[in-house]
Amino acid sequence: MNRVAGALATSGPGRTLAEVILGRASDRDVRAGDLVIVPISRVMVHDSVIDAVMAGLHDLGKARVWDTSKVCVFIDHAAPAPTPVVADSHRVLREWVRGQGIPTFYDAGEGVCHQIMVEEGYCEPGTVIVGSDSHSNSYGAAGAFGAGMGATDIAVALGLGRTWLRVPESIKVSFTGKLRKGITMKDAIMRVVREIGTDGARYACVEFHGVGSLPQGDRITLAGMTTEMGAKAGIVVGTPDAPEWLHPDRDARYMRVVEIDLTTLEPQIAVPPRVDQVVDVSLAVGQPVDIVFLGSCTNGRLVDMQQAARVLRGRRVAPEVRLEVVPASRRQFDLAMQDGTMQALSAAGAVIGSSGCGPCLGRTGGVLAGQEICLSTANRNYKGRMGSPEASIYIGSPYVAAVAALTGVIDDPRPYLEASDAEFDALVARRRAERPARGAASSRSGDRRPELVLASARSGPAMEIDD
Amino acid sequence: MSRAWVFGDDLDTDQMVPGRYAPFMVGQDKFHLYAFCDARPGFAKEVKPGDILVGGENFGCGSSREYAVAALKKLGIGGIVAKNFARIFFRNCINLGIPVLESADAVALVNDGDEVTLDAVSGLLHAPAGNATLRPLAPFAREILDAGGVVAYLREHGDFPSVR
Repeated sequence: MNRVAGALATSGPGRTLAEVILGRASDRDVRAGDLVIVPISRVMVHDSVIDAVMAGLHDLGKARVWDTSKVCVFIDHAAPAPTPVVADSHRVLREWVRGQGIPTFYDAGEGVCHQIMVEEGYCEPGTVIVGSDSHSNSYGAAGAFGAGMGATDIAVALGLGRTWLRVPESIKVSFTGKLRKGITMKDAIMRVVREIGTDGARYACVEFHGVGSLPQGDRITLAGMTTEMGAKAGIVVGTPDAPEWLHPDRDARYMRVVEIDLTTLEPQIAVPPRVDQVVDVSLAVGQPVDIVFLGSCTNGRLVDMQQAARVLRGRRVAPEVRLEVVPASRRQFDLAMQDGTMQALSAAGAVIGSSGCGPCLGRTGGVLAGQEICLSTANRNYKGRMGSPEASIYIGSPYVAAVAALTGVIDDPRPYLEASDAEFDALVARRRAERPARGAASSRSGDRRPELVLASARSGPAMEIDD
Repeated sequence: MSRAWVFGDDLDTDQMVPGRYAPFMVGQDKFHLYAFCDARPGFAKEVKPGDILVGGENFGCGSSREYAVAALKKLGIGGIVAKNFARIFFRNCINLGIPVLESADAVALVNDGDEVTLDAVSGLLHAPAGNATLRPLAPFAREILDAGGVVAYLREHGDFPSVR
């Protein structure tokens, strides 16, 4: 095979980004449908699969991973440990990491694997990365071919440093126009999921055009959500650190082209229990919620928390509603503390969880009771995903989440962002009054009347500890 | 003869084993007992080794959790026939040695509780209402499956099957 200026000589129709990356990795000219065996630049492993990964390595007869410098290990899926069984599993994982001498290990509280993989620079553009989590597609935010796999595939990758892949067909998603105030790239990707459906990109790579210069967080939101369309990978074209060769050919063949005009986009809501059951917010206005979750690899970054704080600063969440905020990583947590965002959210009554997956997958922190209704900024609303199978999960943007926390219902966030203080308060009062009675009003320390706070102060330190 | 368990489209792995019953939540010896505990209560008790799952589109979508497949393996599921499969689930089944076969007509032909026979050699699923045609597996996947899974294959051959 001839190499010309770092690229492979090719024949036939133009190549998609997936074909470019997998061709380079396998050192031959490949097209959709070909099987390839490719070297892996990183393997991501997280806490909930470590037992099966260790068993797989053992059964393969591999005492050591192939290259400790290329392995990233995380404790994030159920962290900090909620039960003794999980704690034991975490202990086993820590001992394995130490025994293997793996230098890249992020323990409980450091954040969601995908956020750290991208923000700490473990995703080299144009390379193949496999991860033990389905949202490993997120690495396409940095221009890498990231694919999620099961524990045995991950064990094989750890043992051999290689994996097999079928070169996927690709869907081209082009964004044009500019987002209006109160609309986010979360709304944009939900609009795409609405268009393509939960299996419309099955086995395919979703290639994003026109968004390479967006902030990293927006690119993670886009790439990670391709998993919800069944995609093998989701890659953003033209990311800041992309080498010159990393682009699809002009005459690349796509199985489908989807164009989304950001200028006319409305806030989007996914209605339970399907991620692709997506409607414009106008059809969901007034839907009551009991709990709001702001976080996850999809929407747990500084900008997401800032958007929520933009709505909630100086106000209190509705008395019958709980708000849980879980930063996607400690870096994002620290940034939100430094600029006062976290203070604003806490003062609004939010429960702040340690950085990680949080209640997104129903294992720890703020799981849902039967009949409860949640508005989540995460990525899945399957039955039982966040706790009880009787609970319902709506998905929306951080702006929608903040307004839901404030009013107790789903509403279009845009009027709140444009309103004067008086208009804002009137909007909130109206929505709260219209909300059907559900649950009980909570007493939160910040809700107490000033005279009660004074009384508690006068009665000495023991009372203060009660806070 | 084995019993067919019929499911619909977009059966996600959260339905197979909910996250709260992951092996590392309830223990390696128990997680399979929660298979389909919400979606099909009683499944884990009633299922018999060799039983066949039949489904529609996008079977096994969602989370990459291999323990969903490991639970089916532990319960002795003899094969899965669906219109098509989600990609990670498909890989996990091949890797752990559960035959996964595509069939356009099986889900319409087979009723839940039917006695069926999966005949991989002739590529047919025999059901009371007739035979459903199974799409042959790619040779690469067939080789891994025939070895009993990817670990067994690699132990025997030291490398993946040829891709060319």
